[in-house]
Amino acid sequence: MEYIQQQFINIFGAEWGGMFYSVATNMTFILAIVVPLLLGVAYLTFAERKIIAYMQIRVGPNRVTFFGIPWLRGWGQPIADAVKAIMKEIVIPTGANKFLFILAPVLTIMPALAAWAVIPFSPEVVLADINAGLLYILAMTSMGIYGIIIAGWASNSKYAFLGAMRSAAQVVSYELAMGFALVCVLMMSQSLNFGDIVNGQQGDSLLNWYLIPLFPMFLVYLISGVAETNRAPFDVAEGESEIVAGFHVDYSGMAFTVFFLAEYSNMILVATLTSIMFLGGWLPPIDVAPLTLIPGFVWLLLKIAFILFFFLWFRATFPRYRYDQIMRLGWKIFIPITLVWIVILGLIMQLPESTRDVFPLNIWF
Amino acid sequence: MNFQDVIFYIFSAILVASALGVITVRNPVYSALLLVLAFVTCAGLWLLLEAEFLAIALVLVYVGAVMVLFLFVVMMLDINLDRLREGFWKWFPFGALIALAMVIEISMVLMNKYFGLEEMPTPKPHEADYSNTRELGRLIYTEYAYAFELAAVLLLVAMVAAIALTLRHREDKKSPNPSEQVKVRKEDRIRIVTMPSEKKD
Repeated sequence: MEYIQQQFINIFGAEWGGMFYSVATNMTFILAIVVPLLLGVAYLTFAERKIIAYMQIRVGPNRVTFFGIPWLRGWGQPIADAVKAIMKEIVIPTGANKFLFILAPVLTIMPALAAWAVIPFSPEVVLADINAGLLYILAMTSMGIYGIIIAGWASNSKYAFLGAMRSAAQVVSYELAMGFALVCVLMMSQSLNFGDIVNGQQGDSLLNWYLIPLFPMFLVYLISGVAETNRAPFDVAEGESEIVAGFHVDYSGMAFTVFFLAEYSNMILVATLTSIMFLGGWLPPIDVAPLTLIPGFVWLLLKIAFILFFFLWFRATFPRYRYDQIMRLGWKIFIPITLVWIVILGLIMQLPESTRDVFPLNIWF
Repeated sequence: MNFQDVIFYIFSAILVASALGVITVRNPVYSALLLVLAFVTCAGLWLLLEAEFLAIALVLVYVGAVMVLFLFVVMMLDINLDRLREGFWKWFPFGALIALAMVIEISMVLMNKYFGLEEMPTPKPHEADYSNTRELGRLIYTEYAYAFELAAVLLLVAMVAAIALTLRHREDKKSPNPSEQVKVRKEDRIRIVTMPSEKKD
């Protein structure tokens, strides 16, 4: 690495060489995060189809394979789907606003990928170890809504517009509950940095994870995450039965696929954040020898996969919510629960030291 | 000129261009989107000034919430551009006065030689583990606690007022009550009657 840095300094001079070197290394790190992420998205769609198929006593995709290997049947499906999406024509409706129509998918995928910058994958592996990581995530996820609104408006179609309106109202409502749930997490960890949040859950076993003192917040965050990503049972923004496919009804080919990629990478993001904030991130469940030898990255992946399974399970199990019930759940149930929990947490934190030492509060505070 | 200066000039150019666009573009949706761009580049400039909390709060509050609702409304309105331009000359002197005040303020900063601002020391860069958010939180909740509470109460009053102004109870409204719907049991709706089966003849 130092040799390459020296080469940069030789070419661009002492002042600019270091800057260009850090830009180049950051680009490499970004690629190292985004490429596995997009592969993960591809195979998440495969996992979704397979898991839902087995839940409904079907087989799911079982044809496309690599080099004719029989036991890999179905594993080539996401790759085939990607190739198909790239080959298809992007149809732009005549009445659409061309510039915004093309801009909308870009605005959707941008925050979905940018949010990954502050995610720590193990104690050292993090692209940007910033102090305000949690706030950055909130800011980025709140920007994802622009793509949906613009897509709905630029398509110049009533179905798309209705889908965009529904989605905007839903995301803005659930963001509040989500934000308040995160306030509880940062009250526990007393830091906005994700590394510090995971280190705050360090202990002998999984009893130290924030899952237990913040269990209602875990549920609120997970369900709000499902609503925030417009997934079933909160997918009224798409609502095939009423408004065809919602905001992306007029999109085809790769433009549609970009929306699809953003939705799935947002799902993985919510799963990652849940496992970092409530399930101890890279920490093993019990701090004993065979489990601590497994690298932290593997534990994080296992936890992400566990939460993602919930997402797929919800989709296979629950019927779609009615729109007014979604709003009621967000505003009248989740926000009061989170507000009450913030007050309770604050009261516990203000208890005198001697009272807090009494079991079981002392392992978390 | 170093790397930070280059970034500063790029961001400032985008900021000025998009701010100009907000007031000159004819399509109100475009101008709302340009305002979003202006906010985001402004947040970038604040990051260069080591004000990361303010920068992220700007994106979170204005871009993530306020402008979304703004765009929401602008897209649904059928805005008549001619009516929008009607009062231009009537309000022009007022706007010009505000613009003049802003020009004077900016020139006081830029031409600091004539206003004695050069005695102000340049702020020292902070060390790496300095947390902007933590310092801001400490100040708000200790020294400026009363001002902060006052601002919060003001916001609360505005919120209550907005709801009170728009809330209308209609008597003839037919809407289901979800909690009552959920509470319904089988016995409330159906009556199971047992009767002997009929003979076929």
